[in-house]
Amino acid sequence: MSLLGIAVLVLGFVLRANPLLIVLAAALVTGMAAAWTPDANPSTLAHAATATLEAFGKAFNANRYVSVVWLVLAAIGMLERLGLQERAREWIAGVRAATVGRLLGVYFLLRQITAAVGLTSLGGQAQMVRPLIAPMAEGAAEARSGPLPDRVRHMIRAHCAAADNIALFFGEDIFIAIASILLIKGFLEQSGVEVQPFDLSRWAIPTALAALAIHGVRLARLDRKLQRMVERSAGPR
Amino acid sequence: MIGLAHVYVIGGVFFAACAWFSARDRSNPKRFFSAAFWALLAVSFLAGDRLGDLGNGLLVVGLVVVAALGMGRSTQPTSTPEERRASAQRHRDRLFAVALVIPASTFAGTLLAKQTRWGARLIDPAQATLVSLVLGVLLAIAVAQLWLRFARSRREILLPLREGRRLLESVGWAAILPQMLASLGVVFLASGVGTQVGRLFSEHLTLGTRLAAVAAYAGGMALFTMLMGNAFAAFPVMTAAVGLPVVVRQFGGEPAVVCAIGMLSGFCGTLMTPMAANFNIVPANLLELPDRDAPFNAVIRTQIPTAIPLLAANILLMWWLAWR
Repeated sequence: MSLLGIAVLVLGFVLRANPLLIVLAAALVTGMAAAWTPDANPSTLAHAATATLEAFGKAFNANRYVSVVWLVLAAIGMLERLGLQERAREWIAGVRAATVGRLLGVYFLLRQITAAVGLTSLGGQAQMVRPLIAPMAEGAAEARSGPLPDRVRHMIRAHCAAADNIALFFGEDIFIAIASILLIKGFLEQSGVEVQPFDLSRWAIPTALAALAIHGVRLARLDRKLQRMVERSAGPR
Repeated sequence: MIGLAHVYVIGGVFFAACAWFSARDRSNPKRFFSAAFWALLAVSFLAGDRLGDLGNGLLVVGLVVVAALGMGRSTQPTSTPEERRASAQRHRDRLFAVALVIPASTFAGTLLAKQTRWGARLIDPAQATLVSLVLGVLLAIAVAQLWLRFARSRREILLPLREGRRLLESVGWAAILPQMLASLGVVFLASGVGTQVGRLFSEHLTLGTRLAAVAAYAGGMALFTMLMGNAFAAFPVMTAAVGLPVVVRQFGGEPAVVCAIGMLSGFCGTLMTPMAANFNIVPANLLELPDRDAPFNAVIRTQIPTAIPLLAANILLMWWLAWR
């Protein structure tokens, strides 16, 4: 019965409801389903719903630290107002060899290596991608192909966000003190299996290399793809 | 010692300022919904510990209702591109230096709090990264004022809050989805959802070969991660259901390899789901992508061609490496 909550997640997903609404509904349904018996009366279910809401509220309050990161937007917003994005664009235009694919390739590698030594906070969508990487990538493309059609511009931006995510995910687990490694070790300990954090992080390396190879190939082909898109939209209609 | 309590006060003040600026933003037809959302979040940060569990639960209901009703979009003009270009000409590379203050102080603060005794007296070592990040933000704003003099009038001193509000509004309700998912994980855990899923798998799936078992575990990690929005919630469920009983115990796979690659298979799922808001929805909002409200926006669609081959690579790697 308690699997009803997962059914709510799937249903909400399919119906494209607001994810916050889906999550709260899934929690309440899970709590009520756990209390449900064929002869449960409405007051029992109402009681279960209240208890679940209390548990959810308690967890929400305890997890506030997750949302603290948004404070960086104050500093990023200030720097944007002072022209940080424009400066990033200008700077990259002065680098002759820069292309979108090469820039993102270098960023991918740096992000993966810094994450692998535990420096996960050096990148990020709000801290790095929006103020620096995306304007640089657009600037590099503009320096080569002139003004960009919107479709190309948006595709470049999406690739900037993707490079940051993929490099982070498949770099951070090489560092032994990262949350996911500690979670694995803790879970296995509870189940009576002893593993060393070093072994877990060592076996994250093959996948990290596979991610570098797969995404590296895509980035290496990106410049030609963007060029084709620019030419097609500029050509005779 | 600066700890979480102080960080929450700073966060609360920021969200309260956002609520204030949102309420006064006439360019947004739904400005009062937007203001209510940030005001509720400010209350949570400033007074959450005094609201009680039910009070916090009702606060969440309020946040969800406001978000579901829609928060509108601000079209308030910020500075013009010409103004920003002129400012970029004036400040040049000093802008990069100020931008680097945040990651540099996050790194230095974390190191000091964990490695030195006086650092631990200044910054709570248990929350070192978070506290250092917040201090880094304040330091960057102070450096910008002293070095670049962004505020020449009293009105302009609030510029970081105004501009932060603009960006926070573009992130929108997605800002609290990760916090909501963490709370859902707590409720699922308390209700025994994990053991139920495990039973479902063991009763309905017969995994006769190593490759089938590995594929079911890695694929299940990716799928369940897509539903839950993060691999940390999926890992205990799928590993208790398939990873440990079948791949490790029945077939004798090496647990370190199986679990390490199992978690990374979950990360492939994270790349493909709108539930992973902070990785997939927030950038689409911040980068103003036109399809940001679609379930599979351009960021997710860009990531899928890497995620699927990488999931296949994970299955093969686990199959090769767990039985060396």
